Amino acid sequence: MHEIKEGSSEQLAPDQWEEQNLKPARPRGERKTSFQTVSLEEVKRLYSSSDIADIDIENDLAFPGQFPYTRGIHATGYRGKLWTMRQFAGFGTPEETNRRFRYLLNQGQTGLSVAYDLPALMGYDADSQLSEGEVGKCGVAVSSLADMEALFSGIPLESVTVSQTINAPASVFLAMYLVVAEKQGADWKKISGTLQNDILKEYIAQKEWIYPIRSAMKLVVDTLEFCTKHVPRYNPISVSGYHIREAGATALQELAFTLRDAIEYVEWGLRAGLDIEEFVPRISFFFNAHNDFFEEIAKYRAARRIWARVMRDRFGAQNERTMQLRFHTQTAGVSLTVQQPLNNIARVAIQALAGVLGGTQSLHTDAYDEALALPTDSAALIALRTQQIIAEETGVANTVDPLGGSYFVEALTSKMEQGALDYFERIDAMGSMVDAVEQGFPQREVQESAYQYQKALERGDQAIVGVNKYAMEDEPQQVSTLVIDESVRQHQLERLERTRTKREIGEVDRTLDKLRQAARQGDNTMPATIEAVRAYATLGEICSALRDVYGIYEEPAI
Amino acid sequence: MDQSSRKIRVLVAKPGLDGHDRGAKVIARALRDAGMEVIYTGLRQTPEMIAAAALQEDVDAVGVSILSGAHNTLCPRIVSLLRDQGMKDTLVVLGGIVPQEDIPKLKQLGVAEIFLPGTSTQDIAKFIRENVKPRE
Repeated sequence: MHEIKEGSSEQLAPDQWEEQNLKPARPRGERKTSFQTVSLEEVKRLYSSSDIADIDIENDLAFPGQFPYTRGIHATGYRGKLWTMRQFAGFGTPEETNRRFRYLLNQGQTGLSVAYDLPALMGYDADSQLSEGEVGKCGVAVSSLADMEALFSGIPLESVTVSQTINAPASVFLAMYLVVAEKQGADWKKISGTLQNDILKEYIAQKEWIYPIRSAMKLVVDTLEFCTKHVPRYNPISVSGYHIREAGATALQELAFTLRDAIEYVEWGLRAGLDIEEFVPRISFFFNAHNDFFEEIAKYRAARRIWARVMRDRFGAQNERTMQLRFHTQTAGVSLTVQQPLNNIARVAIQALAGVLGGTQSLHTDAYDEALALPTDSAALIALRTQQIIAEETGVANTVDPLGGSYFVEALTSKMEQGALDYFERIDAMGSMVDAVEQGFPQREVQESAYQYQKALERGDQAIVGVNKYAMEDEPQQVSTLVIDESVRQHQLERLERTRTKREIGEVDRTLDKLRQAARQGDNTMPATIEAVRAYATLGEICSALRDVYGIYEEPAI
Repeated sequence: MDQSSRKIRVLVAKPGLDGHDRGAKVIARALRDAGMEVIYTGLRQTPEMIAAAALQEDVDAVGVSILSGAHNTLCPRIVSLLRDQGMKDTLVVLGGIVPQEDIPKLKQLGVAEIFLPGTSTQDIAKFIRENVKPRE
């Protein structure tokens, strides 16, 4: 029997303890020679007090609700209010998506999030030749105010908050949203919601662009300025790392490029004469929740700390709200597998848990069938229930930042912060984020990571259950998927035709001319866009008018 | 250089409005690393532009990447345009999100193989190498 000496191990420094206790085990070996996160970052065998020796608890962690908000922006965490359960949905016709929205609200979902189809994302109408085969496929089809009226029919925009995933034509969708709200009798001063409107990440990752970068940035500033004055509770930008990650970035690159994009928007806003304490509190963030549990949690905690310090030290912000980073999280679509698709339910649950332990303000959980198609009703319901199980059954929402103080999590959080600051330095040296994107810097970084990850997968250094491990010849899990047929296009073409006949064409031409003029003179384009929307000018017509002035973006070879 | 050592030439094409080019770019680089000559079209090419590029670049294979669900509209058109311009033997393969039930029809219309998510790039390179028609 061993004699247990009380306190003997505490007297050793952590590295000495490891030397004495773990060295002898090594000859027998560990499972692998190197352990890495999904971002291919090395993870040590053990983390202990020496790994957080540099952390100043008071200044680096503080308490929840205190600068630099590493432990969360609210003193009471989720004890006060749970995160918003906001499932991204959109497919087929506006009527079909409207039915899905009402279904989700009836099942206890607390906010809406609209997915638009590719023609909408690119600013084309359903009847454009370029839209062929794409109408209603990846999201809901919207070509004009008439479609938006059908989409939000019976959904009161003064009380339900709606997030819209739309970027290059975001100002047009904001205008359509505001006009629908106005027709419902809602007060613009009271409505809330979020516009993604993060154009920089389009050039970096998602690639749904229309205009050249600097003109597109001007449109973003127009929406910022307009909302600050007229729709004060609305969030006009959701700075998004989600797509950067999906395109292949590491967790660190997602963090660094997203926050640097946000810095760019703040700088453009300030140059337009906006007050930092007025517009920055309405900028929100959107991150991915990928497979590597602790790396993700560290990413969210680091994001809050970096943002608080950037706002205070780089921009001289003074108000708490200006320094507090609020974010939405979505589980990683790219991690879902076609093989054994029900396994995705487990992946999504664990990823969602990381988002919650990282202190997210709102969450989308992917449906298990999304590597195959857009989700069916039943798959969408399981995804929502997964969040409800985390909230109601696991107990993780009972205390604030339960992982605060973990040697591993705090060490990772600090490493993430330092890595992001190093990226900021490199980008600042290029001039600005717009310059860096024009030079293809973040694009190249992301592409390189995507390729390295693929190689790691094919070497077997990274495992995907059901794909390169535990794969099965005969697929045991058959699931039925949602099919969007071409009747959607027919339905949309008919409404578009009716809209074009019913409206007064003189008014359409007049408002589009006014919009061109505003764009040419460098005036805020929002008032003219709203007028054009009210006249039922279509999305394609409005974007064409702006293309006439701004031109189009051509991607350089990268 | 004699004909037998001519490298296999592949056009990686991204038709449709979708901008998700992670897969197309990873495949392009992997095929290059596997010793092929690869031309990437860039985003948002129409079937006509893709067929014209295939002819101009004199490729042995066209790899099409589609994740948006538009494959049933776009792929058959690319195949028929290639055949119309005399490229009878050019191998056409498709990668992306394609429902099982669409696969037989696509194969019947001349798509040689459909690679679903999770396929290794080495398997794709192997398939292309084994199935391109040797040049006389």
